This record gives sequence, structure tokens and C-alpha cells, in this order.
Amino acid sequence: MKQYRMDTDKGIEFGLYSIGDHMPNPHTGSMINAEQRIQEFIEASKLADEGGLDVFAVGESHQPHFTTQAHTVLLGAIAQATKNIKVASSSTVLSTSDPVRVFEDFVTLDLISKGRAEIVAGRGSRVGAYNLLGYDVNDYEELFEEKMELLLKLNNEATITWKGQFRAPLNRASILPQPIHGRLPIWRAVGGTPASAIKSGYAGVPIMVAMLGGPSINFKATIDSYRETAARNGFDPATLPVTTTGLFYTATNSQDAQRELYPHLNSGFQAIRGTGYPKQQFAQSPDPRDALMVGSPQQIIEKILYQHELFGHQRFFAQLDFGGVPFDKIARNIELIATEIMPAVKKHTANHKE
Amino acid sequence: MKIIGISGSIVGSKTRTAMTYTLELARKKYPDAEIELLDLADYELVFSDGRNYSDYEGDTKTVTEAIMAADAIIIGTPTFQASIPATLKNIFDLLPVDAFRDKVVSILVTAGTPKHYLMAEQQLKPILAYMKAHIVPLYVFIEEKDFHRKEIVNDDVLFRLERLVEDTVRYVDAFAGIRAAKDAEYDF
Repeated sequence: MKQYRMDTDKGIEFGLYSIGDHMPNPHTGSMINAEQRIQEFIEASKLADEGGLDVFAVGESHQPHFTTQAHTVLLGAIAQATKNIKVASSSTVLSTSDPVRVFEDFVTLDLISKGRAEIVAGRGSRVGAYNLLGYDVNDYEELFEEKMELLLKLNNEATITWKGQFRAPLNRASILPQPIHGRLPIWRAVGGTPASAIKSGYAGVPIMVAMLGGPSINFKATIDSYRETAARNGFDPATLPVTTTGLFYTATNSQDAQRELYPHLNSGFQAIRGTGYPKQQFAQSPDPRDALMVGSPQQIIEKILYQHELFGHQRFFAQLDFGGVPFDKIARNIELIATEIMPAVKKHTANHKE
Repeated sequence: MKIIGISGSIVGSKTRTAMTYTLELARKKYPDAEIELLDLADYELVFSDGRNYSDYEGDTKTVTEAIMAADAIIIGTPTFQASIPATLKNIFDLLPVDAFRDKVVSILVTAGTPKHYLMAEQQLKPILAYMKAHIVPLYVFIEEKDFHRKEIVNDDVLFRLERLVEDTVRYVDAFAGIRAAKDAEYDF
């Protein structure tokens, strides 16, 4: 895990991630402007840093309802505003970017943050970036695989000679500057299905698994087949960290958490997918076996520990700002994570040897 | 209540004729309902490439958004090679997997022969069930001989269409009631 700057003896890492959505608060109907939303990411990162959380991540999405398209710029500001917390993407749509520029950006972020930068590379779940930036969505798979290969090569080799179909060839190129610790942690963002995770197993690249709800056990096949594939391809799964994710909302008691979260979830899904979040399904979500992280701090702790029994993962990422959650609630969530949830989770998962 | 009628083919006249009759009956009986016909022959739709429906442009966006906003959808389909036409299947492919959640879908089928009577059961209903529709169990099956010069000449078909419209609206009300009762149990 050292290559990924993780110390699993201390228990699993706890991070926050956002996809950068910008929506009205359904409780009040009011919408903050983009300036305020951007400032609030920086404020939230400071609170997370002060609370001792391990990671803060922001992703890009080139669609209506989003603000953090230029996520690397925002991550730069976050790196400058914080001291200890790792700064990562969640995710970088590598398919529609130049891997050389991505690497340069994140190395620079690593230097600004003094060794706290990470890349989570993904394909994007929507076509916005492809349309806007001029890529053919029919090349969806090949674009990503080729660019991911190049990105990993840039991270692992000092002088690069490379040829592919989507970018000009590189001939003994050296990319400057270089990261503080020689290499950046580079992860792959995967959807919930085994097919997507297996691809990361082929390359021995750590995964961050999107988990938008439903029973946690549904993701076990994905994580197991990732590790099996990695092992079959000559990588030691014990050296490859796994991040699970969850839509997250906690309040002192479960009823308040559910009441406060539901409108955000429902209107958020309505806005980006065109279908809301079914109430009946939401009603089942406080169950410890459900992956939607809603409930009292104690319920959330149980859910994360249940997942840890299933997956033995090394990091959990909470998405607690989806669907126009106001800043005071974001701050309250961070406080409960820092004071109640994270200490308990770390205590129970510390020294956990895979 | 928003009711969308879909005439699922871009060729021929029987399905469109039957849909026109059906929506006329609906408008008469339920003057407060918003009722609109989407005749696929009037639109230029692209084939589904898997993106979210709201990411399409032009007619494809118009048609899918209208369907997604409906409370009830009355689908009219001809029978092509013992199944639904590709144009109608494309509509389903353009929509999300749970597109028909909390929506009522009812069916009328036109066909050249009574041998296709079970086509809706075997070809259409499984797709609607997968997409989480509340399906009105009885559908109206109309044969070529029931039409003459773009009119329906079989009174039995007209009575059946009337019942189809009624069933569709009653299902919307019934499921709204079930949903309201369920939602009342929840504290959020």
C-alpha cells in the first residue's frame, strides 16, 4: 500500500468526494450561485482537513447542473487552503483529456500540496464531455484504455516513447515537473459492475467503486473479481487498495437523517437522470446491509463496518453534497464524521491485515 | 393527468387510425386530462446509443421527454414479423430502464391475422414489465378486417377501445392511491 501512500495499520481511510453538482436546495427552492458553490468546496475541504479526514476529492462533469468542470483548478485552491488532507479527483474524465496534461496538472498539484495529490481516472458516465470536447462516444472504451495506459506509463517511466491512435506520438519525452515521491497514486473509477472492475485488475490499478445504493453485497462480486483478475495477471491484491463510495447523510437520529436527505436525493436524481429515487427503496436504506449511507452516526458506523467485513477495503468515500445540500448541513455532516463516525470506524478496522 | 398515445410505426395507417379513435374517446370522457398523440411517423428519431434520454437533441429529445413526463401511455403497435416494429423498440431503447416506474401503460395492437393475438403477451409486455410499467392486463387486438378506408367498422372494437381508455385512467388513479397510502407510512 506504500506506493499509494496508505497506511492500513491505522484503519481505513475516510474521504469526501463530490461530483460537483450545482442544484437548488429542494427544501427551500433556493439556488446558490456558482461562485458560492465553488467557494463552499474550498470551505468544506478546510473543515474536512481540520477534522482529520484523509481525502477530499472533486470530479469533473461537463453537463447542465454541474460546476467543477475545471476540477484541477479547484483542487489547486483546495491544496493551498489545506494542510494534511489528500486531494484527489473523483473523477478525471481521462477519455476526453490529454494524459500528458492530466499528469502535468496533478504533478503540479502534488507540488502545491506537498505530496498529497492523487488521480482517479474515469470514463465519464455521461456524454457531455465527449460532445463538448470533441470526442466520439463510439470510441468510449478504446479512448479510455489507451489513455490510461499512457497515463500509467508517464507515472512509471522517466523517458517516454509511445504511440497510439488518439494522440500524437511521444519520442523520448520527459514530463516535467515530477511528483514529490516519484510516483502519483493513480486509481481507476469503476461503475458497479464486474466488467468494469476486471479491466483494472488486468492492469493492477487500484479501484474506486461507484455505489449509488442497493444492497452492499451486490458489489462483492465486482470487488472479488477485480482482485482475482489482478492476482491472475501477476499482481498481489494485498498491495492494491480498494475504495468504496456512498451517498451519505447523517444526523443525530435516523429519522432526521432520512427526512432531511430524501428531497435532495429525489430531486437530484430527477435532475440528472430524469427519474427520482423511489420512496419504497429509500425506506429500506437505514438497514445496515444497504449501501446508501443514511442514518444516525451509529447506523453509518455499522454500515461501513459491514462493508468492511464484505470487502476488506482500504478507503471509504462519502458523497454528502448531492442534490443541493446546504452548507450548514455539509458542515454538520463533516463534524459528525470527524467526531463520531471516523474514529469508531478507524478503531475497528485498524491493524486489519488482508 | 397526462396521457401520451404512441403510434408505434412510421408506415401504414391502421395503428394511427386506431390511436386517433382511442384518444378521441379519451378526450371526450376525460376533458380535464392532457392528451397528446406521438405518431412516430411525424418525428425523425435517431437510434439509441445508450446515453441518457435528456442528452439527445431534436425530435429524439422531444419524444422521450414527452413520454417521461406522462402519467399514462397508450401504446398502439402494428405487428411486424410476429413482433413490434423496430421503431417502437427504439423508443424503449432510448429510455432509462425504469422509465415506466409509477406509470400506467396500456396497449392496442393491429395485425393482419388473428394468429398474432399473443404477440403483445410474448413480445411487448415483457419489455414493459422490465421497464417497471403498471401494465393494463387487457389489450385491444384489432384486425385488418375491422378497418375500412381509415375507419373502424367493427362496433366491438370501439366498445373495447372505450374500456381500454377507462381502464387506463382507473389504473392511474388506483396506483396513485396505492402510492399515496405507502408514502403516508414513511416519515420522509
